[in-house]
Amino acid sequence: MSSQSQYYVPEQSKLPIFASLGLATTVWGLASWLNGGEYGTTILFVGFLIFALVLWCWFHAVIGENIAGLANDQLQRSYVWGMGWFIFSEVMFFAAFFGALFYVRTFALPWLSGDGTHDSFTNTILWPGFEHQWPLLTTPDAAANGDNALKLGPEQSMSLSAAPSIWSWLPFWNTAVLLTSSVTVHIAHTALKNSNRKSFHLWLGITVCLGIIFLILQAEEYIEAYHHMGLTLSSGIYGATFFMLTGFHGAHVALGTFMLLVMFLRAVLKNHFKSDDCFGFEAASWYWHFVDVVWLCLFIFVYVLG
Amino acid sequence: MAHGPAQGVTRWFFTTNHKDIGTMYLWFSFSMFFIGGFFALVIRAELFEPGLQIIEPEFFNQMTTLHGLIMVFGAVMPAFVGLANWMIPIMIGAPDMALPRMNNWSFWILPFAFAILLSTLFMEGGAPNFGWTFYAPLSTTYAPPSVTFFIVAVHIMGASSIMGAINIIATILNMRAPGMTLMKMPLFVWTWLITAYLLIAVMPVLAGVVTMMLMDIHFGTSFFDAAGGGDPVLFQHVFWFFGHPEVYIMILPAFGIVSAIIPTFARKPLFGYASMVYATASIAFLSFIVWAHHMFTVGIPLAGELFFMYATMLIAVPTGVKVFNWVTTMFRGSLTFETPMLFSVAFVILFTIGGFSGLMLAIAPADFQYHDTYFVVAHFHYVLVPGAIFSITAAVYYWLPKWCGNMYNELMGKTHFWMAFIGLNLTFFPMHFVGLAGMPRRIPDYALQFADFNMISSCGAFLFGGAQLLFLFNVVRTIRSSKKATDEVWEKPTGLEWELPTPAPYHTFSTPPVIR
Repeated sequence: MSSQSQYYVPEQSKLPIFASLGLATTVWGLASWLNGGEYGTTILFVGFLIFALVLWCWFHAVIGENIAGLANDQLQRSYVWGMGWFIFSEVMFFAAFFGALFYVRTFALPWLSGDGTHDSFTNTILWPGFEHQWPLLTTPDAAANGDNALKLGPEQSMSLSAAPSIWSWLPFWNTAVLLTSSVTVHIAHTALKNSNRKSFHLWLGITVCLGIIFLILQAEEYIEAYHHMGLTLSSGIYGATFFMLTGFHGAHVALGTFMLLVMFLRAVLKNHFKSDDCFGFEAASWYWHFVDVVWLCLFIFVYVLG
Repeated sequence: MAHGPAQGVTRWFFTTNHKDIGTMYLWFSFSMFFIGGFFALVIRAELFEPGLQIIEPEFFNQMTTLHGLIMVFGAVMPAFVGLANWMIPIMIGAPDMALPRMNNWSFWILPFAFAILLSTLFMEGGAPNFGWTFYAPLSTTYAPPSVTFFIVAVHIMGASSIMGAINIIATILNMRAPGMTLMKMPLFVWTWLITAYLLIAVMPVLAGVVTMMLMDIHFGTSFFDAAGGGDPVLFQHVFWFFGHPEVYIMILPAFGIVSAIIPTFARKPLFGYASMVYATASIAFLSFIVWAHHMFTVGIPLAGELFFMYATMLIAVPTGVKVFNWVTTMFRGSLTFETPMLFSVAFVILFTIGGFSGLMLAIAPADFQYHDTYFVVAHFHYVLVPGAIFSITAAVYYWLPKWCGNMYNELMGKTHFWMAFIGLNLTFFPMHFVGLAGMPRRIPDYALQFADFNMISSCGAFLFGGAQLLFLFNVVRTIRSSKKATDEVWEKPTGLEWELPTPAPYHTFSTPPVIR
């Protein structure tokens, strides 16, 4: 690794076009499946398989080039910028859903219940009897149309105010697990920087386990919501925002756990990463801190202030 | 790195070279420009006379929708990314883009994405018919089944744009030759740096809004359904939070191009370089806080109307700085009017007209009259056609000799310019009048009093379309011609690209150049 060496520009590569093919096949399969097409799931599965295989080969190639000493300091900085801006794009993705939540709670629901001057007609003509509340247990449809309503709210919400006590409230434990995992991944990073491999493996392994525990608890929460609380994707705007925000967060935790697991296996089985050459691990840990911050926002705005 | 291009067609499939990828982006954009243009001509043919002659209203809606989507995402954006690919590494003295394989991935997603989008034309129920802004519930409750394919196509286009933007930012921030400080960068590089930032900030929001649509359509959520406590207006807010920065994504690189061309043909350095940089950054900042000016008539509180009105009018200040800088650059210069300069001067004048009609639309009480009329169509075509399209055309004439080594035919270039200039003004200027007189947009038929102006618009549109065929012919002829261009191409232009031999070698600046 010398900073004087030339910037590595790879030769021709078959990876990108096959990655595009895999991606396009996946989304085509997804759309066909959702539209009730005949081979939707098969196309989706084949596409995903191509995509996963190409990504595997791609990472394999990049790691190989790094081991061969082709990645100079400047290229490493490109990776740093790349990962940083990728995380920023993820932040903006979540911002869209948080923005929807704020808009609905602050503006849309009060207006639907007749607050403000310009929307009172909507209330008296379309949704008489609707009063806004959050979490929204009675939808405008349910308020106005009673038994004939199609869009019903949940029976019970996930928020703190609806829980018997904080200790029996799952999101509290989820927060504890995820915050701890952010600390453990940081300890693992520090251990790697001090070239303390045993400690690095141990704390990284603990982090992966915490990620899996979080996912299990989250699945438990969803089962609870669907089977005991009548809280589903289709239970009005509360269900929609709740499941989309926590669901996308959960998907990101799953991806982050998978990334950290791969880093763990690389470290343990292949002895990858040195104290001054560990960008793969660092990128995964940044991603992990990012999902942690998103969770904190979720915890405050979806659960506590829910 | 010493190798030249690979032989055969696989060169294009597997390449990691920024020039190859830039070329592919440009050709892709050019072909989408013709497809989107063809759809526009279908629209104009139907509107040639009042009454329904050629197509069904249902199909007319599909044409307006696909025309908009293809021109925005398929023609303008990829053209700018193509120019960025070709020029940014050269302009900053870099050996290539920062992440060359991802660069090729960003490109190759696009043909697949647009194949999916165009395939909706042949699906049961037809292609998307809800306008390029795809407002809910038109795009959810009342949409044709093909909307699902539209959504996934938008998703992967977004992924392509985000990866392309990340690559451009990483290149600009990390690959500049020693001595190429930020404030020495050509303005095209600066405008693209800020554009890439906008792209990374808003493309995920677009992904978010189409995801909400997908969930409402297939999974029973109520984001845009008031019955469940959602709000169709929520769609408009999220969409325009993406949509407004998006229109600056389509114009900021154009500012960079014109700022490169005008100094060359005025034979003077650009006036007010630093103020250009700050103006670009200000426009980008303001673009995030003006989105609801697209929604003045939808029912937002008075405070909102006022805030978004004044914030929007503020944009005129940095934009004015830019226009005055270009004019001052030309002032007392030794002007000559080669084709790129003609397109650039037309850009400055006509974009300013589009800016002024934008200012009219920004005035909330007046917008209640203009909203959803042809006046809006006239406004955004005046900023996009002589704005984005003319700047891209100017860039092609300006840099094509450097790319392919041959000089284009000047007479044909000028003919192209005058046909396009007359064509676009014939097409879009009368739209101001019919719009102010109350002709609504997105309809296949209209009241008789609008007939004359619509006929003029349609004639202009076909003239403009014909001009582009001449452009295609000129480009192909230049590539195959034997009329070599000099290394400098123009008279003492500034920039690293003109210090390279013509045509630019396959690999440039493998060792960084010396920056004076």
